[in-house]
Amino acid sequence: MVKVNGEEKDAAGKTVAEYVESAGFNVARVVVEINETIVPKGKYAETTLRDGDSVEIVCFMGGG
Amino acid sequence: MTPDRETFFAALVSRHGADRQPKFSAARVAVCGLGGLGSNIAIALARAGVGHLHLIDFDRVEPSNLNRQQYFASQVGMPKAEALRDNIAAINPYCAVVAETLRIGPDNVRELLADDDIVCEAFDRAEAKAMLVSGVMEAFPEKPVVAASGMAGLGSANAIRTKRVSKRLWVCGDFVADVDDGQGLYGARVLVCAAHQATAVLRILAGEEEA
Repeated sequence: MVKVNGEEKDAAGKTVAEYVESAGFNVARVVVEINETIVPKGKYAETTLRDGDSVEIVCFMGGG
Repeated sequence: MTPDRETFFAALVSRHGADRQPKFSAARVAVCGLGGLGSNIAIALARAGVGHLHLIDFDRVEPSNLNRQQYFASQVGMPKAEALRDNIAAINPYCAVVAETLRIGPDNVRELLADDDIVCEAFDRAEAKAMLVSGVMEAFPEKPVVAASGMAGLGSANAIRTKRVSKRLWVCGDFVADVDDGQGLYGARVLVCAAHQATAVLRILAGEEEA
């Protein structure tokens, strides 16, 4: 299992790109950290979530 | 009559304490985007006596900004960075401001923000927010980033909060309201979010890192 924003998810083996899309986030609006390390924007397709990872996904809302 | 530097600093110490004020005075804070969030964050930090502000925005002041941004009607047409530098100089002449009129992108983040202790994300477009926060965190693995997500519309101000997402990322907002939904931007509510961001910056500088 992978902890995503505090909740256990069956996401191990998926890439960041696959998970972000399957969870319904707009990939252009997200920031992703795995185990407190930022995942560079260009590496979502090649970064795979592993069992035990702790993932934070922030999906930004517009306005300022 | 403008108080001299010593009088000004002593007044800040009387309000913020002799432990914290020197930390604020020594700090270098970057504010990326000088709209409803950034202009209000910068004014709050200047009033707190933050010693060095790095103000960055490519845009000019427009009439539609005046409902929520810290500019005067007479400043419409000026580059925001220059207008805000002038306004801060009138509030705290001892705040050292570097004002830059340019676009921040993935290619210049590393060079632009290298000397700043804390970075505030204060853009308006969601995609630009994500790009900046991700780019800064990639370029500088230790630098604290204080961002904002969700302050559009006229929902309750109580919905806006500060969340410490991880070790060095704080995000302020209601996390749901999107300006693209057409609900507008109200100065009072944007100011609440900006105040959360400015408070988070001061708390980080004071060593109080929990949200």
